[in-house]
Amino acid sequence: MTSLRAALRPMVLGVVAILLAVAAWEAFKAIGGGDRFLGVNTDARSMPHVWDMITRLADPENRGTDRAVGFAVLAGAWYSLRLAFAGWVLGIVVGLGLAVVMQRWGSAERALLPYVVVSQTIPLIALAPLIVAWGGELSVGPFEWQAWMSVAVVAGYLAFCPIAVGALKGLQSPASAAVELFRSYAAGRRAELVKLRFPSAVPYLVPALRLSAALSVVGAIVAEISTGLRGGIGRLILEYSREATGDPAKVYTAMFGAAALGVLVAGLVLGLDAWLMRNRPKEARA
Amino acid sequence: MTPPGETAAVEIAGVGKVFNAGKPGQVDALQDVSLTVASGESVALIGPSGCGKSTLLRLIANLLEPTAGTVTVNGKSAAQARQDQDYGMAFQQASLFDWRTVARNIELPLELKGWDKRRRRDKALEMLELVQLRDFADHHPWELSGGMQQRVAIARALSVDPPLLLMDEPFGALDEMTREHMQTELLRICRQLGTTVVLVTHSIPEAVYLANRVVVMSPRPGRITKIVDVPLGERTEATREDTAFFEKITEVRELLRGVEASARSHEAAW
Repeated sequence: MTSLRAALRPMVLGVVAILLAVAAWEAFKAIGGGDRFLGVNTDARSMPHVWDMITRLADPENRGTDRAVGFAVLAGAWYSLRLAFAGWVLGIVVGLGLAVVMQRWGSAERALLPYVVVSQTIPLIALAPLIVAWGGELSVGPFEWQAWMSVAVVAGYLAFCPIAVGALKGLQSPASAAVELFRSYAAGRRAELVKLRFPSAVPYLVPALRLSAALSVVGAIVAEISTGLRGGIGRLILEYSREATGDPAKVYTAMFGAAALGVLVAGLVLGLDAWLMRNRPKEARA
Repeated sequence: MTPPGETAAVEIAGVGKVFNAGKPGQVDALQDVSLTVASGESVALIGPSGCGKSTLLRLIANLLEPTAGTVTVNGKSAAQARQDQDYGMAFQQASLFDWRTVARNIELPLELKGWDKRRRRDKALEMLELVQLRDFADHHPWELSGGMQQRVAIARALSVDPPLLLMDEPFGALDEMTREHMQTELLRICRQLGTTVVLVTHSIPEAVYLANRVVVMSPRPGRITKIVDVPLGERTEATREDTAFFEKITEVRELLRGVEASARSHEAAW
């Protein structure tokens, strides 16, 4: 009974938080009474009612189509999720690869690590068109660069940094006694990496995976917007916001989609965390 | 010490170790150390910090290379002995791996040797029987007390049936009663398996209780000051209250005091 309660508690708190946000929004509108309040327009165009946003989900997306907005948003979120996932996997592969190289060769760490950190200061908006342009030049045999790949690369570009930094710290974490033990077992570098360094790095990787998953979602959505790629939630935000004057509730439906995407990814990563940390002492779990 | 025709467990001849040779941070960790450990013998290395006792242990384990002299283990070069896993090693921290169960921790050296799963598991259970932790095979290390963890570490070190066990302050982190219990256990296990033991310790009673010979070392540069024979026969709990036991403790303590005093005056001269 208490365990069920404990399990439900965060969910209940989450719902309460959403209800409070809705209440705050509506209260702000009510106090403003449709005029400017604290410098913000509280009329229906700038701040539509929350129920208008929700009912808008069920209405057709455009005049003359049967497709509901909610469906379009769902399809967009699914598309963006796959892009973000591709970017996340790319970021993990690149990040882990860099971390292994940096752990193995101290000179590589000194040479690469500053650039890994600096890479994140380049604005995405500047980067996305560049990657699209480079990708356009690329075609090897039957392989043709697709527009969605540019978006995945941008998502991966954001995701690899926390992985590289976290994994490096984790790979370097085994105590000298543990490394000496492996040497005393006449273990090679490969065995040391696979059976000692990677398992030791897991507690460091868990927060890095969480952060990079969130970043790959942000990266995918921003890259969709700046490259104009169709099909994802980023493009919907762009399109719907153009209609904001005539159909103000619509753009919020796309934002719901983006938020739901974030919640879904956070949930998936949480599950992954629990699986990775299943054999670890309680105090090591975040 | 070793009768002719029999291979010594460890043969250290004229060994020296210099860290950072020729650089500003140069340290003469060991100078001209010679020591023979006979098969089945138990030898304790004791001395103030900086006397190079841990360095000497790592030279035997081939975790470090000597800058002078030779180290022979089980009749082979130390490097070859390490490749052949002719020794097991245990440290002050049990260094068990959280992500492996107790049994799979013990299996690790066997896994690296390429044993198949079945054989590994059987051997791990046999070792757990030996250290009387059979019921904890599928527990995780963090569920065990410090003394139990150290017993698992010893079981792991001995899982490859090495003729030699090297230990660096194995019981240093344990409380006094657990420590004495572990010493008794260690002697029982090594007698049962016929394992030769070389251990580093800070505790004089531990050195005298566990070892046939106590090697007293002095620092800067690390050398052997004296080797004290401890002919106390088979150790039992009664040994700890024996007059002869206390006399040996006193002998080692006075040697260590002399070492400390000369080290201090050496420092003062600087």
